[in-house]
Amino acid sequence: MKYVLLFVGTREDQDRWDQMTPEQVEGSMGGASQWFEKYSRAGKIAGGEQLQGYKTVTTVRSDNGATVVTDGPFIESKEVIGGFAVVTVNDYDEALEMAKTWPAGPVEIWPAVER
Amino acid sequence: MVRILGNFDVAEEVVQDSLVAALEKWPEQGIPDNPGAWLMTTARRRAIDLVRRDRRYGEKLALLERSTLPGDPSEADDRLRLIFTCCHPALAQEAQVALTLRAVAGFTTPEIAAAFLVSEATMAQRIVRAKRKIVAAHIPYRVPQGEEVAERLDAVLAVLYLMFNEGYLSRGASAGMRRDLAEDSLWLGRLLDRLMPGQPEVLGLVALMQLNLARSAARFDEAGEIVLLADQDRSLWNRDAIAEGTRVLERAALLHGPGPYQLQAAIAAVHAEARTWGDTDWSQIVLLYDALLRLSDSPVVRLNRAVALSHVAGPEAALGEVNDLAMTLGEYHLLHSTRAELLDQLGEKEQARQARLRALELCQNPAERALLERKLKN
Repeated sequence: MKYVLLFVGTREDQDRWDQMTPEQVEGSMGGASQWFEKYSRAGKIAGGEQLQGYKTVTTVRSDNGATVVTDGPFIESKEVIGGFAVVTVNDYDEALEMAKTWPAGPVEIWPAVER
Repeated sequence: MVRILGNFDVAEEVVQDSLVAALEKWPEQGIPDNPGAWLMTTARRRAIDLVRRDRRYGEKLALLERSTLPGDPSEADDRLRLIFTCCHPALAQEAQVALTLRAVAGFTTPEIAAAFLVSEATMAQRIVRAKRKIVAAHIPYRVPQGEEVAERLDAVLAVLYLMFNEGYLSRGASAGMRRDLAEDSLWLGRLLDRLMPGQPEVLGLVALMQLNLARSAARFDEAGEIVLLADQDRSLWNRDAIAEGTRVLERAALLHGPGPYQLQAAIAAVHAEARTWGDTDWSQIVLLYDALLRLSDSPVVRLNRAVALSHVAGPEAALGEVNDLAMTLGEYHLLHSTRAELLDQLGEKEQARQARLRALELCQNPAERALLERKLKN
């Protein structure tokens, strides 16, 4: 089974993150890196990235045939996606266990459509 | 089935009905993984429909439980998988409750809707949505193992206890119209104990439900209004059920895994053992609440402890504790009705009335509302 784990947080979390020195970032990311290492070694991670902040996002969409490019995320909300992991596991409970052990904030578990 | 219903015609009709239902449904919905278990669930549901208006509903349900207990271990596993899937933490608790009633206890959707006072359409949608999530997210049909067991079992017990309370609190006025959730929750608890023996908290919850149900004949008067524990006619309590509940609790204690349900059952047992309200061993109850607070500290437990404390240390001491909880439990009707009782005892009639009015604003349960209204009139 394939699931996408979205690592989410608030814009405030992101802003605080942006204020951090590289050393502080290094310190806070330790747990997350270990998590990725552990599950990559177990063969559970099919992909994943940490994302730049929401202020760097661009939205491209089509409006009556014309392409419109705008600054900022399409989904306007207080919550942002900080990163994601594509995981391949035997069942849902395994994905749930991975999400529970993520050390850096809330996680959304999105089941992928089977092809 | 024949032995239980004591009437061959009825038993045969029940089984026939299930077969007819199976023949109608399987072509549309596909043959279930375990047709035997499905037939038994359906047959049980039909049988319950026939005995439900009977005064001895509880006893018959208990017999039915024994007969529907799967003999073959693979079927037992199947039942257990079904229970854990229905109570999977990825589903909202209200959906867990609905699915468990539907798939394990054999309730119909209209019956579940009536039990939870929501429309049939809402309940049907809740069940469909939960089933879709199980399929789309691939929520597994399995029994948790190892370290997961305790946490997942807690979720199952929480569902059973919520069902039980919904049924237990609303007996009386509207109970005639509703399937007896409390009896069915006890049935599910016993089933869980047979399927997964040796779990002290499962036994604790079974004992708690039995001890509460044992008092149910005294809990409502002829007009269907609540009679408080202090005013109940204790000769109406079912002594056999109390003895049975106490035995179950003792079995739980032998397993040396204390937990909140066992402690709550122990509190219920202390009440059940008191011959009169005046004989109640309140200091024992306060001690049990202290133990409960150590295991699971919650404002609601503190509120209950304060009530027990009022009988040991007086209403003033208890009122202090209750007032301290006002910040966290301000929206909970029982905080205000407890305050009202204590204020009454202290002779603060006007303050008591205000507290009772606030409780009435917050209370949804019809039987509890009737009690508050009655007290406001006096």
